[in-house]
This record gives sequence, structure tokens and C-alpha cells, in this order.
Amino acid sequence: MINFQPVVLWSDIFVWLLVLCAVVFALAVRRREHLRQPWVKLAANRIAMASATVLLAFVLIGLFDSLHYRVALEGKPGQKTQYAVEVLSVLDALATPLRTRNEKTYSEPFATRLYAKETVDVPGQGTVREYPRLKYGGKHLAEHEDEVAADAGFTAFRAGALAFLGWLAVAGVVSGVVGHGEAPGTGWQRIWRGETAFAWDAVLVALALMLLVAVPLFWLSGQYHVFGTDKVGQDVLYQILKSVRTGLIIGLVTTLVMLPMAVLLGIVAGYYRGWVDDAIQYIYTVLNSIPGVLLIAAAVLMMQVVIDTNPQWFSTAAERADLRLLALCFILGITSWTGLCRLLRGETLKLRELEYIQAAQAFGVSSWRIIIRHILPNLMHIVIIALVMDFSGLVLAEAVLSYVGIGVDPTMTSFGTMINNARMELGREPVVWWSLTAAFAAMFILVLAANLFADAVRDAFDPRAA
Amino acid sequence: MLAYIVRRLLYALPILLGVNLITFALFFVVNTPDDMARMQLGVKRVTPEAIQKWKAERGYDKPLLLNAEAGGLAVLTETVFFQKSARMFVGDFGRAEDGRDIAREIGNRMGPSLAIALPTFILGLFVTVTFALTLAFFRASAFDFWGVVLCVAMMSISGLFYIIGGQYLISKVWRLVPISGYGGGLEAWRFLILPVLIGVVSGIGSGTRWYRTVFLEEITKDYVRTARAKGVSEAAILFRHVLKNGMTPILTQSVVAIPGLFMGSLIMESFFGIPGLGSYTIEAIQSQDFAIVRSMVFIGAVLYIVALLLTDISYTIVDPRIRLR
Amino acid sequence: MLKVNNLRVGFTSGKRLLAAVDGISFAIAKGETFALLGESGCGKSVTAQGIMRLLPTAGRVLGGSVAMEGENLLALPEADMRAWRGGRMAMIFQEPATSLNPVLTVGQQIGEVLERHLGMTGAAATGRMVELLRQVGIADPERRLNEYPFQFSGGMKQRVMIAIALAGEPELLIADEPTTALDVTVQAQILDLLVRLQAERGMAILLITHDLGVVARMAHRIGVMYAGELVEVASREAFFSQPRHPYTQALFKALPDMSRRGQRLTTIPGQVPSLAAMPTGCRFAERCARVMPVCREQSPVWRDEQSHAVRCHWQEAVVDADVVGVGHEITDLSVSAGKEFLQVADLKVHFPIRKGLLQRTVGHVRAVDGLSLAILPGRTLALVGESGCGKTTVGKALLQLIPPTEGSVLLGGQPLVGLRGARLRSARRHMQMIFQDPFASLNPRLRVGEIIAEGMDALAVVGDARSRRETVAALLAQVGLPEEAIDRYPHEFSGGQRQRIAVARALAVQPSLLICDEPTSALDVSVQAQILNLLKKLQSELGVAYLFITHNFAVVEYLAHDIAVMYLGRIVERGRAEEVLRTPKHPYTQALLSAIPLPRLEGSTAVIRLSGETPSPANPPSGCHFHPRCPHAMDVCRSRYPESVDVTATQRVSCHLLS
Repeated sequence: MINFQPVVLWSDIFVWLLVLCAVVFALAVRRREHLRQPWVKLAANRIAMASATVLLAFVLIGLFDSLHYRVALEGKPGQKTQYAVEVLSVLDALATPLRTRNEKTYSEPFATRLYAKETVDVPGQGTVREYPRLKYGGKHLAEHEDEVAADAGFTAFRAGALAFLGWLAVAGVVSGVVGHGEAPGTGWQRIWRGETAFAWDAVLVALALMLLVAVPLFWLSGQYHVFGTDKVGQDVLYQILKSVRTGLIIGLVTTLVMLPMAVLLGIVAGYYRGWVDDAIQYIYTVLNSIPGVLLIAAAVLMMQVVIDTNPQWFSTAAERADLRLLALCFILGITSWTGLCRLLRGETLKLRELEYIQAAQAFGVSSWRIIIRHILPNLMHIVIIALVMDFSGLVLAEAVLSYVGIGVDPTMTSFGTMINNARMELGREPVVWWSLTAAFAAMFILVLAANLFADAVRDAFDPRAA
Repeated sequence: MLAYIVRRLLYALPILLGVNLITFALFFVVNTPDDMARMQLGVKRVTPEAIQKWKAERGYDKPLLLNAEAGGLAVLTETVFFQKSARMFVGDFGRAEDGRDIAREIGNRMGPSLAIALPTFILGLFVTVTFALTLAFFRASAFDFWGVVLCVAMMSISGLFYIIGGQYLISKVWRLVPISGYGGGLEAWRFLILPVLIGVVSGIGSGTRWYRTVFLEEITKDYVRTARAKGVSEAAILFRHVLKNGMTPILTQSVVAIPGLFMGSLIMESFFGIPGLGSYTIEAIQSQDFAIVRSMVFIGAVLYIVALLLTDISYTIVDPRIRLR
Repeated sequence: MLKVNNLRVGFTSGKRLLAAVDGISFAIAKGETFALLGESGCGKSVTAQGIMRLLPTAGRVLGGSVAMEGENLLALPEADMRAWRGGRMAMIFQEPATSLNPVLTVGQQIGEVLERHLGMTGAAATGRMVELLRQVGIADPERRLNEYPFQFSGGMKQRVMIAIALAGEPELLIADEPTTALDVTVQAQILDLLVRLQAERGMAILLITHDLGVVARMAHRIGVMYAGELVEVASREAFFSQPRHPYTQALFKALPDMSRRGQRLTTIPGQVPSLAAMPTGCRFAERCARVMPVCREQSPVWRDEQSHAVRCHWQEAVVDADVVGVGHEITDLSVSAGKEFLQVADLKVHFPIRKGLLQRTVGHVRAVDGLSLAILPGRTLALVGESGCGKTTVGKALLQLIPPTEGSVLLGGQPLVGLRGARLRSARRHMQMIFQDPFASLNPRLRVGEIIAEGMDALAVVGDARSRRETVAALLAQVGLPEEAIDRYPHEFSGGQRQRIAVARALAVQPSLLICDEPTSALDVSVQAQILNLLKKLQSELGVAYLFITHNFAVVEYLAHDIAVMYLGRIVERGRAEEVLRTPKHPYTQALLSAIPLPRLEGSTAVIRLSGETPSPANPPSGCHFHPRCPHAMDVCRSRYPESVDVTATQRVSCHLLS
């Protein structure tokens, strides 16, 4: 039994808070028919549900990566337990082989030897310059290094078959649920004829694709470095997995941070008009007129100074990186709330002229009550649309900011830091392409899914689109 | 019109003051000048004298916002805030850490920056509007559908990918243009063509999709129905009627894109080694030169306000209903 | 000339195809005006769009033929059809404000047609355009060609639309509700213009309208549409002397009118069936007063007698006079002229116009400019005026939703202006408002019960939840809605039902005055009748007074005890309903009354036509505001605003003619 100490990082709190909000919101929506309506429409949209399935996979990875702990060090009995400096997450535990089996430096995907030549002592031949064998990648092949393709192909096939069986099981359960209480097989038929209210066919197809890719990949990753290794020999697949959480936090926590302010100020400005409106407009014009990158740069620089001058605040490197990540979210939030605020202000200005607001005013209903009962609920669709639309932009922005050096902490794995570390190697011969490609591909899948989902959300929620 | 412009410019003053207050708050309230001196001089071995010297050299030894010791107006003027920010209004940005005059540096670097930003902006607008009009013309067809899919895919690709991919493919593999660098005079185009191209391509996805929705919304308007009832062909409706009406939202969107343009050129310039304002800023950020960052924030804000004003004026050209008062 | 045969037009909705127009046939001869009459959603506009092949994206022509001069338009390729559109057939639309391209000059928009269909460009085209504008009655056409639509008033825009339509020398003009968005005086001008142009050019006109008055003024032959089908086609004489379809008869009887005062209006119960659930038999069967078993089984066939065709199983031709005539009686005598309980004196609402460097106030929009009126308990005061005269602002200013600039509002002797907080709230208990648009006046996110209870909560009328629910249910019953409505959302109700909910909401705080701001103008005639009946019933039961703000004289005639006529922020004439309607003294009132197209065979005799339109309240004419349009204007009218003069004990008029 391994002793461990749970560690709750600040970002973890936000992540689980978000999950809680989502659950509470979902329960609230379930009860109200008119709130449910757009979601029902969304659930019938095939593209939306397929991309939601993909997003859900990313979110699951992120959630597993948001349960942190520190392992107890083996000490003498009787002594006070010491905990390791390294903060691990459940995801780390699940992917222990990926995390620990580090090579010396770069190696290509599915390589059995290092990327760079080294001087090795070969018994009987003296020192030779050659590509040394990898410590872990393809170790099981021993002497049969040339059989990588056959071995990997066979393993992938087996894994694929297993994935297919797993998928059939899931699909079977789903069709059982869909066709509950009917003749066997009807559920299956209804799903594939697109007759279900929920777009199960799209979900199942997306799931099949994901399983067929993911299962062989992870199976193979036990024997090879499927995406290669980076400069310090770390498995790229592991880095990709770790980057997911960073991207999600940037994309979600940022909006969570800016939302209350944008909603409150936007509505107040639009409803009260006059000097309140002038003041709020002044604030967001000022913020807007500073180019976002520069404001972020200035803020991040300053924060870095604060962090550097107060090292005593952080007991672990992870905590420091985590705080910097959160600070980045706050800064991004502060620079990006203006758009939503302006949108909500404009919409409130229109709403307050509507007759049901005037009717409420004629009854002498207090302003705050009008805002909460009449205005806020009629703005929720804008907020939801803004939430999902901003997500992908923020994930992309993180990469750019990290590249400039004002993004996440350099020790924190993210798509941005991966790209930043890898891009210098494009000049090498032969090119070190795998790290970049993997990061871009993973980011593309995440952002594409988010964009497609956002599109569908906008179609479902925007009253004009109906 | 003139009264409007003057009023807007007057209104810009409090906004710029607000911008300065924010940067000031960031730079001097979150961290004291002492902290910054320590960081600039290296955290480890710093004597109080060295800090004092560093501060005195840069004029950070005065009180921050209010100088209680001075009398009269000097209460306000003999402060770091006034000295540092008021001078920016007259174009005096002070000196960078390496002692060079920031204003002159900005003047030198303005040219290359504009050489990238303007062609990117204009070409990008032209390409995306054309593409969007084409999609709107073939609306609800397979061409339209796949065009939109392509747009969504293109906007899901990181901008860094366009840059790195473009550089690798065009400059390194095909060796068509130099990877990076900048030359004066007519030779400059060889260095500019790739960043401009990449800038345009990376904007196609989101731009086209947005303008397409603008056009599609216009197409549902009553005046389009009137035009159809007149027997005008679909192409003429798009180019004569819809395009002109769609210009207002397009212009608005373009202004929103201007800060983005700035951000784009930051990355672009540093990747391509172009000695413009963007790479200047990045270098300043990486070497933590606050004086430059502060000046660039100010310049950026001025540019934004000017761009807003220009948009308002351009509204009057595309929409006769708008009169600036 | 135009022959429509068994035309069917549908809309795709999901995977289904719903027929909005289901097999209609009619023909129009040269120089003839054929009116398609029907309530909203009956498919009359879709028919026109089908003929022009201008259907929205989801629309499809499902069958039938449209032949013009023997050429089947539905079979033409799109490119050839364009030569017809705007050329031999042209169309004008309901909303002149949005139907013109805002960023092109009027000249460019007319020139487009000339170039497309007549190949005319340059000076020849300009000359033709000037001529066209002159024909449609636009002064100074040379200058106005280079102006943009926003520089034209509503009626002028519609004239421009007509000029555009005429530019291609069409043989057929399709006019889709051409005057619905316009004021009555302007409507009269436009209708006159259409009649004149038709006489000059021998055009055929397909007129689409819901207004029986417009039909009586314009049409030679009339087709009545219901739920996508034609139910009656008749010549003007036959139609107005003896409508034969029960639907048509009900439409006539639902019209409010002076002669029906004190009676209940006939209403048509229920709603038009939805496209997705069309009954197999007669489509009107569910709502018909003459329904027979056969109606529900088979669709009736046409019966044709002397240019009067009707599609109905019911054979009796006799119109029995007002079987449902006896309702609650309210005659003027039954209401005692008690003490005035709302007194408004010299009310002014000005909105500042700001300009220049420092945004100084350089002028005011005088929306309401010195208005005095009084409302007696239990009576109805109608505030009548055209759009832009400030009548809606009056309503809101009375409720203190807009702070008045000057003047006093006394509610039961207590001043309202300047009240704040709790005292204003308690004063508001006595007055409530019903708004024009039943779709904008109910919050879509709240249940009906919550909507109605809102006022009770705010004004602390009822205590615990149980008694509150009972009160809400009682209110719903009072406006004729079932109790289940409490837990439903507004979008589940039709326009008329939503207006009932709005009435219930207002009644919840037991006000003694209801301000009704055009409560029926967004509704169809048959539904309007329901709401008017309801309002009358409530008045007799609860003794509530109404301030009825409207532009519709027919409603006024039916409902009002007293009338105040408003022009440009001021009341020009007020008095008892009979006085103002029978012996109008102010030239504006006279013109307004004479401009209303009456739904009768013999239209109004002496027609006074006003020129121009209501000027902007930002810059009212000097002297009497009405003098630029007044047929009797004198010198004194240009310099001095007339004092109001008592004509009788109750009728007061502001006009120099009487002083």
C-alpha cells in the first residue's frame, strides 16, 4: 500500500467547481421546458454530438489530470512521513510507463534507436560512433529490430479488433436502452435510421473512430514510443496527454473568470444607462484599446516578478506553475471580457425597451428584480454561445502566448511549450518533426471539435437562426 | 464631421490617460521600483546603493502618484507617473534599458511593420470577402457546405502551424524565398511575400465564415426581394445590393481585427526576423524592458483609437444614412 | 390575361412538405383589380410569391400552372423568368421602409429596372425616371433622384416603390398589402394613386390585403382565402351586397363599427388550422357557425352563380341579421358622468436633441407638447392619431414610465409627476397598461402564472401562495382562459390568447384605469373582435376606465365614449364620441374620417384628401401645426396656434376656423 497525500491545486478547485456548475445547470435545465428546448435541438444535431463525444474524451483526460497527490517517500518507520516533491495526478498514475520510460534524447516514432549518434564501447571493436539502441522503445524485439512494422502492425490489428469488440458492446447496450421494451433489434435499427431524438448514430460513429485509434495507440505505446521522444527523451504521447489539461483550463477557467464581470457590468450599463453606462463604457474602451498581447505581456511580466520575489509562497514547483497558469487565466479573462460585455450591454439596451420590461416597470417592480427575472434569463443564450465560441480561440491563444514567452510556466507541459521547444529543431537534418506534428494534430482535433460544437450551439441557441 | 472628429480626439485623451494608469498600476503598484531594480540587476547580490543608482538613472526615485513634499502643481508633476506617462502624450518615450531612444527606434521600425500589416490587411479583406461572396452565391449547395467545412477546419489550425509549415515548406524545402531577414528598398518584397501570404491564409477561415453569415443575413432582407422582383440577376444582387449593405458589419469586424493584426505581426515579425515594432516588442518582453513595453502599450492604444475613428469615417462612405455629428 | 390554375405552393419543414397554398385558381383580366382577401397565414402572400416565383428558400411550387398571356410562367427557366419579373409583371410590398435598398439612391434603384428591361441608360433613363417620379406624385423629381430612401417619408417611399414597379411598363402589378404600414391619410393617397395609374395604363392589379375597406375602395373582383384555399370569388357588387360563405359573413360581422355599439361583435371561435394538421373536409368546418356533418367529411366543391362562386356545403343565401346580436348593453346613458378621476393638464414630454462638440442641447423633439385631458370613471376615452403624433408617449408618460418634462397628472386629486418609490408604486396600482405587441409584452422565460402574479407581488396585493394561485386562476377565467394556462409558457399561446394574458396581468392589481396602447392592431379582425368584446365585458363588470390609444377609427367608433384627436403632440379636437364622429369640426378630424376606406359598397361620398404627411415633431410648423396640410389654411394659421374653442358643452376644437 502506497501512502499518498492528496494535493489540491488552485486550478483543481476551479476545474471541479466548473464540473459542479455544469451539473447544477444541467439539473436546472432539465426541469424547465423552454430551457431544455435548445439542448434537445442540439442533441439531435449529428455533428454536435460527434464533436461532443470527442470533447468529452478530452475532458475526461483533463479531469483525471486534475486529481493530484504526492507519494510518500520510503522512510524509516517511526519517522514522520516525507512526501515527494513531485506532484502527480491520477493520469500520471495511469500512464506510469509513459511517464517513467525516458530515453536519452530524441527518437523517432516507433524507432528502436536514438536519433543522434553516440560513441559507444563495443566489446572487441573499441569505441564506435553509432545510433545506440533505445532503452525502452522496441526492447521486446531484442535482435529482430527490422521486424518493427510487422510487430507493430500485428499488435495494432489485435488492439483494433479488441476495440471493435468493445465498441460493439457499447453499441449493444445503447441500442438496448433505445429500444427498451420493444422487439430486440428495433433499437439498433432506429439508431442507424436516425430516428432517435438523440443523435446516437453520430456518437457511436465518433466513438468507434476514437476507439479504433486510441486503443491500438495505447497498446503500442507500451512497447514503442508511438509519437517519438523529445530532446530529454520524454515520450511525446505523454506530453500530449498532459497538455490537454492545460488547454482545457485556459479555455474554460478564463471564461468562468470573466463571465460574472462581463454579465454584471454589461447588464448594469445597458439597464441603467446614464453615467453608469458612461463609466462602464469608459472602462472597457480603455481595456479594449490596449492591444491584448501587450496587456497580457505586461501583466505576465509583472506577475513573474511577484512570483520570483516571493518564492516562499510555493512549496512545490507544480504549485508555482499552477498559480502562474491561473494568473494567466485571470489576465486573459480581464482582457477578453470586454467583447461579451459590449454585446450584453447592447442586447440589454434593446431588451429594456421591450414591452414586458415596461409592464414590469409599470408595476413598480424593483430594478434588480427586473434584471434578474426578465433580463438575465433572456440573455443566457448569448452567454452560452460566447462561452463555447471563446473556448477554441483561447486554446489557440495559449500556444501563441507560450511561444512568445508570456504563456504558461515553461516547466508546465502545454501545446504551446511543446511547439516552442520543438520548433528550433526544424533546422536539423534530418528534421525532428514528430513533436511538432503531434502537438499540432492534437490541438487541431481539440479545436476542431470545439469549433464544430460551438457552431451547433450557436445554431441551437440563437433565436435568429430559427 | 469636423466637430465629431475633434470630439472623438478629445475623448481619446481620458482613454489614453486610463491606459497609462493601468500600465502604471501594473508596473509600479504591483511591484515597487525596488523589486524591478533587483530583478534587472540580478536578484542575488544587490546593494541598496546599486538599487538607488538604478532608480535614479531611470527617474524612478520620485514618489509614485503624489509628491507630498513638493508644492503647487509639482505635487502632481514631480512624480513617477507624471514624468513617465505625461511625456508620452508629446512623443517622448524615454530610453530603453540599453540606453537607446525609444521614440527614434519606433520611428525606424514603423516602416517594416506597416509593410507587413497593410498588405496583409487589405489582401486578406479582399480574399475573404471574395471567397465569402462566392459561398453566399452558391448557398445551400454542396460547394457551400464543403467551403464552410474547410473554413472551420482552417480556423481550427493554430496560426503557429501556418507560420512554421509555410517557412519549412516554401523556404526550406522549395527554397523560393529567404526564411527570414529583411532588406531595405525594393528587395524587401522577397522577405515580405511569405509573411503576408501566411498572414492572409491564416485569416481566411474565420474571415470567410463570418462574412458569409453577414451576406446570408443580408440576402434575407426585404430589399433583396425587391431587387429580385425587378428581375435583377442573382450575381448583380450580390455585387450591387448585398455587398454594399454588408460593408458596415465588415468594417466593424475589421476594426475588431486591428488589435489582432497587431498580435499577428508580433509573432510574424519575430519569426521572420523583420525589424518592426512587433519584434521590438517581443524582444522587450523577453528582456523584460518595461520602458519599451509601456511605450508600445501607449502606441497600440493610439493606433486603436485612430483606427476606430477611421472606421467611423468610412461608415459615412458606405452608408449614406450615417452622418457624424 | 393572368390565369392561375390549381396552384399549389408548399414549404419544406424538416422532412415534410406542407402546402401553404393548396390548389387555388383565378384569372385577372386586363385593367382589372382582383383582390385576394384573407387573414394572416391564409397563404395570400405566398400565392403572390408563387406567381412571381419569388418564394423563400424553403418554398416550392408543388403543382398547377400560372399562365400570363398564354405563357406558362412556372415552366420557364429562371433566366427567362427574370425578363418577366419587373418587366411585364411587377410587385410592390408591405414595408416600404425595408423594401428599398438603403445604400443606393432612388435613381439607381429605378435605373436598374430601366436598364434591365428597356435597355435605357444615361440621359434617356434620367428623363424617364423624372417622368416616373412625377407620375407617382413626387415633387422636385430631378433633385430627389439623387437622394437615398432614408430621406423620404413612409408614404413617399411607397411612391418610389410604385415608380420602380412602373418603370418596366408592367401589364400586371402585384400589390402585397401596399398600404398596411401607412397611416390612413397616406393610405388614401396611395390608393388614389394606384387607381389613377391603373386607369392611365390599363394595368391589371392583383391586390393582396386583409382590409375589407381597402377591398371596397379598390377591387373589381374579390377572392377570399382561408387556410390556403379560395373559398369565395365574387364581383365587388355581389360580394358587398351579399357575402355567401360563412367565413366571409363572419368577417363582416366581426368588424367593429358605430352601428354595433352596445352589441357583442361576432367572433370566429378557434384558430386557423396549422399547415401540419389540415382537416380533410372543409377547412373552416371547426370554426363555422353553419357547420353540418358533411362539412367534416368532404371538401366542398365550387358552386357558381352569376359571377359569384362559393365553396360551401351550406346552401342558404339569406344573411340573417345578427343572431348573436344581444350582448351586454352599454349605452352612453348607462354611464353617469361622474367626477373626473384622471386629470392631465398641459402635459409635455420633450426629448433633447444633442449636437456639436460638447453635445449641447440644440432643440427638442416635442413628442407631447401641452396636452390636457380628463378621464371619467368607467368610461372609455379614445386617443386617436396617426403614427408619430405622440399618442404612445402620452400613455407612457401617464404611467410615469417616461418622466414628463412639464405639466401635471392628477390621479384622484393626487399629483403623480415627480412621485418616487413607495408612493409612486401605490399610485400605479390604479393604472395599468396593455401593450400593442402581444409577442413582446410577455416574458418568454416566465410561466403565465408568474407573469400574472408579478404585479401582485410587486404591489403586495395577495399574501400566501395558495390564495395567489386561486386569484390568478380567477383572473384567467375572467379573460376566458383555462386554469391550466398557469403553468404554461407564453409561446404556447396564439396572439389573441397572449393579449388576454396581458389583460389579466394588468387586471391583477385591480386598476381603475387601463391604458390600452393599440391592443388590437397586431391582431386579425376576428381575434380583434374577441379582445374588444372582452374589454367591453370587463368594463361593464368591473367599471374600469380605458384610455384607448389607437389609429383605428372603426375600433373607436365601437368602443369609445369620448374621443380626443391628436396631431403632432397636441389635441386638436375632443368631445363625446357621437359629436366627434358625426360632426367633426377640425379639418384634420374631418380628413381622417373621410380617408378611412369603408367596407361597404357605397364608399364615403365627400372625400377630403390631405396632401403630405405628418411633419417631424422635432421641427413642427409655425402657427397651427396642421396648416401645411390643411385645405382651409388662412394667413392667421401660419402665425399663431389657435386657442381651443368650446363648440358644445363637451366638444372642444383648436382651430382658427371656429374662433
